[in-house]
Amino acid sequence: MRDLPQIYAQQFKTSLAMMLQYRASLVIWLIAHVLEPLIFLVVWSAVSRSSGGSVGGYSPGDFAAYFIVLMLVNHVTYTWVMYEYEYEVRHGTLSFALLKPLHPIHSNIADNVSSKLITLPGMAVVAVILALIFRPVFHLQLWALAAFIPALFLAFLVRFLMEWMLALAAFWTTRVSAVNQVYFVVALFLSGQLAPIALLPLPVRVAAFILPFRWTVGFPVELFLGKLTPMQALTGIAVQLVWLGLSLLLMRVVWRAGLRIYSAVGA
Amino acid sequence: MSTLPAITVSKLSKTYIVPVREAGVKAALGSLFHRRKEEIKAVDGISFNLAPGEIVGFLGPNGAGKTTTLKMLSGLLHPTAGEVAVLGHVPWKREKAFLRQITLVMGQRNQLVWDIPAADTFELNRAIFRIPQADFRRTLDELSELLELGPLLRKPVRNLSLGERMKCEIAAALLHRPQVVFLDEPTIGLDVLMQRRIRSFILEYNRRYGATILLTSHYMADVEAMARRVIVIHRGKLLFDGELADLVRRFTAHKTIVVQLGDCLADLKAYGEVVSCEDGRTTLRVPKAETARVTERLLADLPVIDLTVEDPPIEEVIERVFTQGSA
Repeated sequence: MRDLPQIYAQQFKTSLAMMLQYRASLVIWLIAHVLEPLIFLVVWSAVSRSSGGSVGGYSPGDFAAYFIVLMLVNHVTYTWVMYEYEYEVRHGTLSFALLKPLHPIHSNIADNVSSKLITLPGMAVVAVILALIFRPVFHLQLWALAAFIPALFLAFLVRFLMEWMLALAAFWTTRVSAVNQVYFVVALFLSGQLAPIALLPLPVRVAAFILPFRWTVGFPVELFLGKLTPMQALTGIAVQLVWLGLSLLLMRVVWRAGLRIYSAVGA
Repeated sequence: MSTLPAITVSKLSKTYIVPVREAGVKAALGSLFHRRKEEIKAVDGISFNLAPGEIVGFLGPNGAGKTTTLKMLSGLLHPTAGEVAVLGHVPWKREKAFLRQITLVMGQRNQLVWDIPAADTFELNRAIFRIPQADFRRTLDELSELLELGPLLRKPVRNLSLGERMKCEIAAALLHRPQVVFLDEPTIGLDVLMQRRIRSFILEYNRRYGATILLTSHYMADVEAMARRVIVIHRGKLLFDGELADLVRRFTAHKTIVVQLGDCLADLKAYGEVVSCEDGRTTLRVPKAETARVTERLLADLPVIDLTVEDPPIEEVIERVFTQGSA
């Protein structure tokens, strides 16, 4: 364990070198990440204006703030491990990772974090431009901003572990993209990426509370924007901790079971 | 000095369970509800040992179970039955102490990151294998010298030729100086010169570090150059384990006699099976027991300029082993 910082540092250098090889795809990737929240932002602002300047308490300025912060939070917590494992299991390159004296999740995390750090400045510039165009309204509170930092960190961990486990579906099925599709549709709805959870019908709100999705994206956004009471904030962080604990417990089981299959059918 | 084997394999088996489906729409629909499974015995009860520092050629036709065996030995596959021990470890447990001492090079797959120079992947391996900086530098210098890596290390891997990439792959796999090396067709697709260079490198690595090496190849020249001992498997079963020379002796009933007469006019059918005649050199195939008698007669009856007696080419021997094995 004591060598992990060094390994992460090295992985960071490698990821950096790799990403800089693909400057064009970085730009395309950035555009894709901006477009989705941008579309929802435009749609909801229009809806808000046409219904007299407010939908469920959200003004056009509130929607602008919500989707710009959402874009940044989503950028921080987002992963692509599913695609990686699908490729690696299908092409057998995972075998190389298994021949190394290090759990592959470490290079997955290091790769994710380093890519984020590289793309973050680009996202920040985009956020500023969007803010100038859409005039967001912020009701910031100091305690909420302080609570936002651990909430964001937990959101990243929970989402990473959850999607990493989902990525291991590649051990069981060659149709991982179908599994991903289902996941993305549910996540879009329940994480708050489509609309603030507060605007959705009660059954959906209940589902969003019970399931992990909201806690990986929507919750930190709501917290940042001052939409939550201190009690709601504490509850949210507690729920995140529960999901983190469950994920940590479950990931070992899933990993071992997956490896058993991988090593049974031909690595 | 202890003579404990570096690798012990005992009654090792691996059975794959694969879904089977007939062609056609009806079968496709049927398989939605009812999947038929078939068991395929890739490796079927093989046993052998390797002494420390030994180089052994592992031979067999495609699908014989060579790669499956190497994967079980390196811990990627879980055996269905039987025992394996490599340096005292059970491979499939993939203990760190085990992984630090072995390597597997697969000629058909690459571990190097495609878009960046090999040197960057080497650095990553250094961190992951916790190789001390000084050892890393020394090993890398030695490998660079032996494999003539020099300028290749700074080029993105995708810009390297197949041979150059293979050299870098081998270096990446050996940076942690493994004591046990599994090579699965390390020379596949390479030109003769590059094959020769990789062969001499592997021999040198074995000599310098006393590493135990098990290698598969379809090029008999590889095996002849590197391994005195060979293990032959076919359809998952062990056919032969011993010296290459013994294999040739055991599986050849014939010898080849090449007679130089100056022209191809004489009919030599009476002496043996005529394989070819070019530039006055006739190649005859004769039963091994009759070699001496036929040679004597040829020399007595004909104006022979030159005559040599040879074993058939190793490829031919192997072909015979495989066809007899499947009979």
